[in-house]
Amino acid sequence: MESILQIIDLSIGYRQRKNIKVVAKEINVDLNKGELVCLLGPNGAGKSTLMRTISGGQKPLAGQVLLGDQVIHNLSAKQLAKKLSLVLTERVHAGMLTAYEVVALGRYPHTNWTGKLSSQDHQLIQWSIEMAGATDLAEGVLSELSDGERQKIMVARALAQEPELMILDEVTAFLDLPRRVEIMQLLRKLAHSAGKAILLSTHDMDLALRSADRIWLLPKGGKLHVGAPEDLVLNGSFEQAFKSEGVSFNKFSGAFQMQQASEKAAHLIGEGESAAWTRRALEREGFTIQDSADLTIEILIEQGQPRWRVSEGAWFQEFETIYQLISGIREGLSELPQN
Amino acid sequence: MEKTLSSPIHTSKSHPRLSSHSRIFLFPILIIGVILFFLLELGIGAVHIPISGVVSALLGLEGVDSTWIKIINELRLPRTIAATIGGAALGTAGLQLQTLFKNPLAGPWALGLTAGAQLGVAIVVTSAVVVGSSFLENFEILGNLSIVAGAMLGCVLVLLLIVAISRKVSTITLLIFGLMLGYLAQGLISVILHFTNESQAKIFSGWNDGSFAGVYWEHFPILLPLTIIGLIIGWLMAKPLNALLLGENYARSLGISVRNTRMITLGSAVLLAAPVTAYCGPILFLGMIMPHLARGIFNTSDHKILLPAVMLLGSLIALAADLVVHLPWERHFLHLNAVNALIGAPVVMWVILKNKRMRGFEL
Repeated sequence: MESILQIIDLSIGYRQRKNIKVVAKEINVDLNKGELVCLLGPNGAGKSTLMRTISGGQKPLAGQVLLGDQVIHNLSAKQLAKKLSLVLTERVHAGMLTAYEVVALGRYPHTNWTGKLSSQDHQLIQWSIEMAGATDLAEGVLSELSDGERQKIMVARALAQEPELMILDEVTAFLDLPRRVEIMQLLRKLAHSAGKAILLSTHDMDLALRSADRIWLLPKGGKLHVGAPEDLVLNGSFEQAFKSEGVSFNKFSGAFQMQQASEKAAHLIGEGESAAWTRRALEREGFTIQDSADLTIEILIEQGQPRWRVSEGAWFQEFETIYQLISGIREGLSELPQN
Repeated sequence: MEKTLSSPIHTSKSHPRLSSHSRIFLFPILIIGVILFFLLELGIGAVHIPISGVVSALLGLEGVDSTWIKIINELRLPRTIAATIGGAALGTAGLQLQTLFKNPLAGPWALGLTAGAQLGVAIVVTSAVVVGSSFLENFEILGNLSIVAGAMLGCVLVLLLIVAISRKVSTITLLIFGLMLGYLAQGLISVILHFTNESQAKIFSGWNDGSFAGVYWEHFPILLPLTIIGLIIGWLMAKPLNALLLGENYARSLGISVRNTRMITLGSAVLLAAPVTAYCGPILFLGMIMPHLARGIFNTSDHKILLPAVMLLGSLIALAADLVVHLPWERHFLHLNAVNALIGAPVVMWVILKNKRMRGFEL
C-alpha cells in the first residue's frame, strides 16, 4: 500500500519558556492511501495536540511528520493546502454564501489571485458535492442548512481542495446518531472509492469501531496503539486505554458498560434478535448469562411474536414485553426466598 | 473490483454558476444611478442649473453662462467628487471591517476610527500652534499631508485598541465601545480646541459635523491617490476575504496568512477612512449600512461582487444624502449627518432586530 503520511519518532507537547511538557512521545505510525483511520483516546490524552501537530498547526518537540516525501512543518501554508485539507468541529457562519460557493472555496489554493474558477474547477466542485451526497444542498445558503448538512458541505469542500490527506477533527460532535452514521459512511466511501487517506479524531468509539480500517488509540501518558479495531479489542488495548472505576469494557459487545457487582445469574434460552436484546436488558439489570443458572428465561416465538417465560424451580411466569419481564423479575426475585 | 471514482466523473454538463443567486445585472443600474445623482448634485442648489447646462459646462462647450461654470467648478464639483469618493471609501471600509471582525455592526464610525482620525487631526493642528510655527497655513501641501498623517495615526491607534478587545467582547459591546470612543474623542477635541486659535481651527473644517462641502480642489492631490490606493488594495483582497467568511481556522487551512490578510485589509480601511474624515469630518452611518444594502440588493456575501457594490452604493447614497442637504430649503440648513441618520438608523435597527439568522452573522 502507498503510504501518504509517515510519522517518525514523533514527540508532541508544548514548550513554555524552559519547561517542556511532553504529551506523547515515540509515535511511529503511517497512514495509507485509501484508508480511513480513527484516532481515539480518553480526554486529556493529547488527541488534539496530535491532530494539530500532524496538520502542521503546531511544531513537534522531536521527530518528523512526512507528507509524501516532504516534512510537513517545512511546507509553506500554500503548499500544505494543496496536499492536506481540514474539516473542523466549529460551526461555520459563512454569511450568505451558498453551499456551492463554500465548496468552491476549496479550490482556493489552486486558483490565481482573482479566484476565478475554470470549467475544470467547476467540474471538480460538482464531483465533490456528488461524492458527499450533497447535490440537493448545493443551491442552498450554508447558514440555513442543518448541522449535519453543513458538515457534509464542509467535507465536500475539503474534497474539492484535492488533498492527498484529509484530517477531520471531531466533525460529528454536534450531530445526532443517524447523521453521524451517514458522515462515517461518506468518509469510508471517500477513502475507498476516491482513494483519499483520511484521519478522523472522534469520541464516538462505537462508530469508530464499526467504520475505521485502522484505529490509532492514544492512551493517557502511554504510547500510541495501532491496529484494526478488532485487534485492539482482542489484545486488551481498549480496556487499558479507557480504564476507569465503575466502567468495564465488554469484549463481546465492543462497548463499555457499567461495572456492577453481579451476583445474579440467569440462563437464557432463545435465538436471534429477541435473544440479543433480552440479553442486553438482563445485563443492564446486572445479570450474567450462564447455562448453569437456576433462573431460566425462555423466549417463545408464536406467530412471529416473542413471549418470555421465566422459571425458577417450580415458580414460573410469562410476559409480553421486555419491560414487563424485567419488572416481573425484580418483583419476583424480591418475593422469592434469597439463598 | 468496483468502479473507482478516483478521478472526477461529471454526470451533468451544466453546473450552477458560482453566484447563481446574485444579481449582477444590477451593476449597470447602479452606475447609471451614480452618474445621474452626480449630475443632479451639480445642478441643484440655491441656483438651479438644468442638467443640459451641467453637461455642457463639464464638457467645456461654448455658450454656457459663466456664473454657472463658476458655481459648478468652484463650489459644486469639489463637493460632488468628495461625496462620490467619500461614499465609496466609507462603504468599502465598512465592508472590510464587518468581514474582518465578523461583526455586522462594524463601520469606520461605529468602531471609533472616525473619532480617532478627528482626534489625530486636532492634535496635529494644535501642536502646530504650540510649536509656534504657522507652517500649516504657509505650506499648504505640507500642512495637508500632516493633517492626513495625523488622521491616519489616530485611526491606526484606535484600530489597535479595537483589534485587542474585539476577541474578548460581543458584537454589541464592541459597537458600544466604539461609540464611546467617539464621544471620548469629541470631548478631548473640545479640550484641545482651547489651546488653539481660530484661524488654525478653521483648517480642519469638520470639528463636530461632517460635510463634503469643506473639500476644495487643493485637497484632492492627497485625498484622491490615498483613497484610490485604498480601494484598489481592498478589491485585490476580495479572494482572501471570501475565505475568511469560513472563519480563521478554515482560512488558514486554505493556505492563507490570516495575519497578513488582516493587516493589509485594515491598512486599506485606514487609507479609506482617515483621509475622508480629515477633510469631511465625521460622516456617520454610511460605512456601516452600505454592506447591508449591498448584501440585500445583490443577495450574496461574495466579496468579488460586494466590493464593487459597496463602492457604487456608497457613492450613490452619499451623493443622494448630500443632494438632500443642498436642496434649496427655504427656512434652514440641513446637516449631512442628520440625513445620514434618517437613512442609516432604521437600517441599523433592522439589522439588530432581524440579523440573527438572515445574513449568517451571529449577534
